Amino acid sequence: MTLITVDPLKAPSFPKAAAELLRDTQLRRNVAHATDVIQHKRAALVAEKSDWQALRTAGAAIRAEALRHLDRYLEQFEKQFTAAGGHVHWASDADEARRIIAGILHDAQADEVIKIKSMTTAEIDLNRSLESAGVRVYETDLAELILQLGHDQPSHIIAPALHKNRHQVRDLFAREMHLPDLADDPPALTEAARLYLREKFLKVKAAICGANFLIAETGSICIVESEGNGRMCLTLSDTLISVAGIEKVIPTFAGLEVLLQTLPRAATGERMNPYNSIWTGVTPGDGPHNMHVVLLDNGRSNLLEKEITRQTLQCIRCGACLNTCPVYRQTGGHAYGSVYSGPIGAILTPQLFALEHAQSLPYASSLCGACYEVCPVKINIPEVLVYLRSRVVDKNRNNLSSVFSQERIGMKMMARIFLNHERFEKAQRMARIFEKPFIGQDGWIHKLPGLAGQWTAARDLAPIPAQSFREWWRGRKASQ
Amino acid sequence: MSREAILGRVRAALSADRSAESSPLLSYPRTGTLNTEERLQMLEERLHEYDARVFHCPEQALAQRIFEVLSAAGRLRIIHPAALPTSWHAAQLDWTPDSPGLSYAEIEAFDGVLTGATAAVTESGSIVLQHGPAEGRRALTLLPDYHLCVIFENQIVETLPECFDRLKANAAAPTTFISGPSATADIEMTRIKGVHGPRFLDVILVTRPSNFPKLTFQ
Repeated sequence: MTLITVDPLKAPSFPKAAAELLRDTQLRRNVAHATDVIQHKRAALVAEKSDWQALRTAGAAIRAEALRHLDRYLEQFEKQFTAAGGHVHWASDADEARRIIAGILHDAQADEVIKIKSMTTAEIDLNRSLESAGVRVYETDLAELILQLGHDQPSHIIAPALHKNRHQVRDLFAREMHLPDLADDPPALTEAARLYLREKFLKVKAAICGANFLIAETGSICIVESEGNGRMCLTLSDTLISVAGIEKVIPTFAGLEVLLQTLPRAATGERMNPYNSIWTGVTPGDGPHNMHVVLLDNGRSNLLEKEITRQTLQCIRCGACLNTCPVYRQTGGHAYGSVYSGPIGAILTPQLFALEHAQSLPYASSLCGACYEVCPVKINIPEVLVYLRSRVVDKNRNNLSSVFSQERIGMKMMARIFLNHERFEKAQRMARIFEKPFIGQDGWIHKLPGLAGQWTAARDLAPIPAQSFREWWRGRKASQ
Repeated sequence: MSREAILGRVRAALSADRSAESSPLLSYPRTGTLNTEERLQMLEERLHEYDARVFHCPEQALAQRIFEVLSAAGRLRIIHPAALPTSWHAAQLDWTPDSPGLSYAEIEAFDGVLTGATAAVTESGSIVLQHGPAEGRRALTLLPDYHLCVIFENQIVETLPECFDRLKANAAAPTTFISGPSATADIEMTRIKGVHGPRFLDVILVTRPSNFPKLTFQ
């Protein structure tokens, strides 16, 4: 098994990680299968919605409005949630969030906790810090359980274990749950997980969840799920902690009528996922009586100033951009060196975590635009990728190594050549001569020396045609 | 304190964009186009797709229908919200009203739960509970392995926006959307029914003569 860290501070660059993961043919088969299945289901359900584009536009407007007045909506959420008996905490970074959560669990005398799948808690590496503080953590989402038992990392936003197939899951469950005779069909594996977790739901009195949406108007939290493990955690626990990025707030309750139409279709290709829960603070006689929300910044406020970067925070974590991305579909999620993978990860990670650690991510894209097309809240991911590429270039512009880099010198030469048509045509004629030894028998260039070799390392190159358009045009005139 | 620090950063970042004050104009279809019969039929199709079973009856035959469905399913020990109309209880079955003293383990041990609903959404095949008197606390419709849900014709709306129009008066109530029994596709995208929520969902759709008085709960 290839295991690459998803900690952006330690992860290798994307091309390095990808080169290694691409050799894992089992992983590639698993990822291709899973993304194909979700894509087909999504496409069929989007096609039946004649108002899909209107819903995308409305969803984008709702998310953009929330971000434009984020301070106001966060304060409104805090006021309403507190009035309903809940507690709101604010965490500037991952470390502060972990300390707040550990403190709440300590006060509740909880040494065990059940968890609903949450990307935000993965972002702050919560489980490891809780375990080292002596709190036993049980992931209750099937995919998260697979990852936890296998000491593995998420590779997809909504189906984090899609890089594992049934045989791999069987071997893992058989070993970790002491079930040597376990069959490897999905129903048997699901049943094993059900029985393993049932006891935890009834016994463990503290739970941690994320939040799909925080509703400012009412002070409510919305959790979208499939298995019912979410309902178990958020209903049966005494103490419940929701960890939510500050961008998760939406202005109104009615906003859900749009986002709950687009999210399930985009995420799993369902008209509606099996369960949605919405609740507000504490409800006497029903559910947890000790209810906390931790609002996490962790770099998010840095994205707000410019509209071009702010749109990144519109994301509702559906994962549709991963499934459709020709790069993600080859490499899977681990190559992105972050819990956020795929196109959204390629723009989110470099912005949330200091850019120098994730400089290669804005380049992990062919800029084909498929991610933008499927995004249910219309995040223009290619636009952000190009912007981040310019930031990477700007950042390195004055490095000594960059000033004298072949790429920089090459670009300067190209700029001079493109400035003048005679120079350009001369360059074409020279290229025709120099490329000759590199043209293969099939008429393609497979390998070039030096810097140009980086291009041919991954693609073939067509030679310069024997005659350019201008040459043909001049010849045509002369012969008339 | 981090609260002030975070809000301060947010305000500083957004200050330049406050001039353009306008709440977004949202335009998307909110109301459906189906008539009552089509609405009922499509809801039934959707519920079938989720592997739920669907039964019908006129309101006056409801108790009899409940008895038939439960006894045929072999579900004899039934828990129900305390305020559920007693007229729904067929005498032949063992009925237990929910009470705060019942533990989660005790609730789980029942053969099934019988509840009403707040609304149902045709387009997505969703049953919505706001956990009022006829629906009970959330654990009730979560722990037993079988859920029989009674939905009246006038509770059925076509679109999600129509549903939210009905929910908003009570927006702060705990609310659960149920769209088929619990399921997972986490292993090779193979949909497996029945993970942690009730594995079996039956629905009775109740038609009511137009002049019939509206059912209310105390």
